[in-house]
Amino acid sequence: MAEVRTRSLDEASARLDEVVAAPDAELVAAASGLANELLALGEATLETWLIARGETPTDRTVEGFRLLALHRQGARGEPSFNACRETCRELVYHHNLVRLDPGNPETARRLRLGAMVGKHLALFIGGKLEVAGLGEFCCSSRPLRQSEAQPAETM
Amino acid sequence: MSGKYKKVAYYPGCALEGTGHAYNRSTKELGKALGLELAELKNWNCCGAMEVKNVDPKLQTYLSARNLSIAEDMGFETVMAPCNGCYHNLKKAEYDLEHDQASREVNARLSEKAGHNTYAAGKVETIHALDWIKEAIGEEGLKVRVKNSLKGLKVANYYGCMYTRPRHIFPEKDQGPGSESTSKPHFMDDLLAAAGAENVDYPLKTACCGGAHTLSDSDTSTKLVLNLLTTAEACGADVIATECPTCHTGLEMHQVRAEKVLGRKTSVKILYFTQLLGMALGLSPRKVGVHENMSDSSDLIRAKRLA
Repeated sequence: MAEVRTRSLDEASARLDEVVAAPDAELVAAASGLANELLALGEATLETWLIARGETPTDRTVEGFRLLALHRQGARGEPSFNACRETCRELVYHHNLVRLDPGNPETARRLRLGAMVGKHLALFIGGKLEVAGLGEFCCSSRPLRQSEAQPAETM
Repeated sequence: MSGKYKKVAYYPGCALEGTGHAYNRSTKELGKALGLELAELKNWNCCGAMEVKNVDPKLQTYLSARNLSIAEDMGFETVMAPCNGCYHNLKKAEYDLEHDQASREVNARLSEKAGHNTYAAGKVETIHALDWIKEAIGEEGLKVRVKNSLKGLKVANYYGCMYTRPRHIFPEKDQGPGSESTSKPHFMDDLLAAAGAENVDYPLKTACCGGAHTLSDSDTSTKLVLNLLTTAEACGADVIATECPTCHTGLEMHQVRAEKVLGRKTSVKILYFTQLLGMALGLSPRKVGVHENMSDSSDLIRAKRLA
């Protein structure tokens, strides 16, 4: 966990791409460990968002998962962050599928889909970080317009 | 099947008159084919979309409330909005007017100034096109009307982010069996399955399409959409079924852009659920506006004998 926590968003994304591209046999051989890693990568992704907002990522859990607690923390005061709520829950779901039945013939596919879900989370948060300086994600231009309007008003 | 939604007020919203015209056409044709009536709101206005909502949320509440007051004046108890953004905003206005005194005051003041009736919460119910078909016709009703089964068609149902969020403005959802779920929506899955489609378990059905990024940060939108498309393909989907014009247009545009800019070609098709249901009922692809889509689904439609 500590190792994953130090990863940047780009590193997490790159690792997720590796999992998506890995051959089935490789995924199956390391199934349980990979399921945990996907969850940890999701946590690292959410930590990036929280740290960028000047917060200390929580170590608490929600429904037994730190990932869900981190999401809840990240969404506080930021309703549009809930757009990744189900993405986080899907990540937990895919983790559980693999952990509960690692020998299932669908395991490689489940891990790959879990990695794609993790990738979506990373892209979403990367996008939010990108526009964070511009304001609310849903209609990001508000403060931008305000700052553009300011000189005109004072002229 | 219920007679409740047999005739409802129809609020198409701005997108359905522009990029989402195929959704407008297919919704109307589907309704006609099912014997349902739509009465378009007279002189409707913008729901407040994203722009107004972020600049002045109470003004957005008023704009949506004005549409609800028109429905009330026309004698309707239900207004159907197929666009997720409009549906969301009408629901939000309903919630705000019920729970927020300041919103009620602004709505009353602006309504008086504009010279129309002030809408009060609880007079008109807002539903989505999915609720409309599900309630008025239902899965059994659809099954008996299917002429071209969607059998063999693998569908990833994509609901987007606004159909279920935030939870508190959709009090009718999450009410147990028969109701829609905000964490795992299934109404579109149910309807398309009734028409014979094979739904894949799509893990990104409510994930962000990057719609709000489109102008400010197109690359992020393209990457988000590419991930939606590749995940649908990894699930084995032939087609992504949509129920939001913003998501639909985003998926189509960024599918093209992903190939041009990132060199990543995907072949999954993108169709509105109303187009798929319409073709299942025997309507021609042209009748449901497939030619108006940017994404070319003609090969798939021919292969599945839906034309």
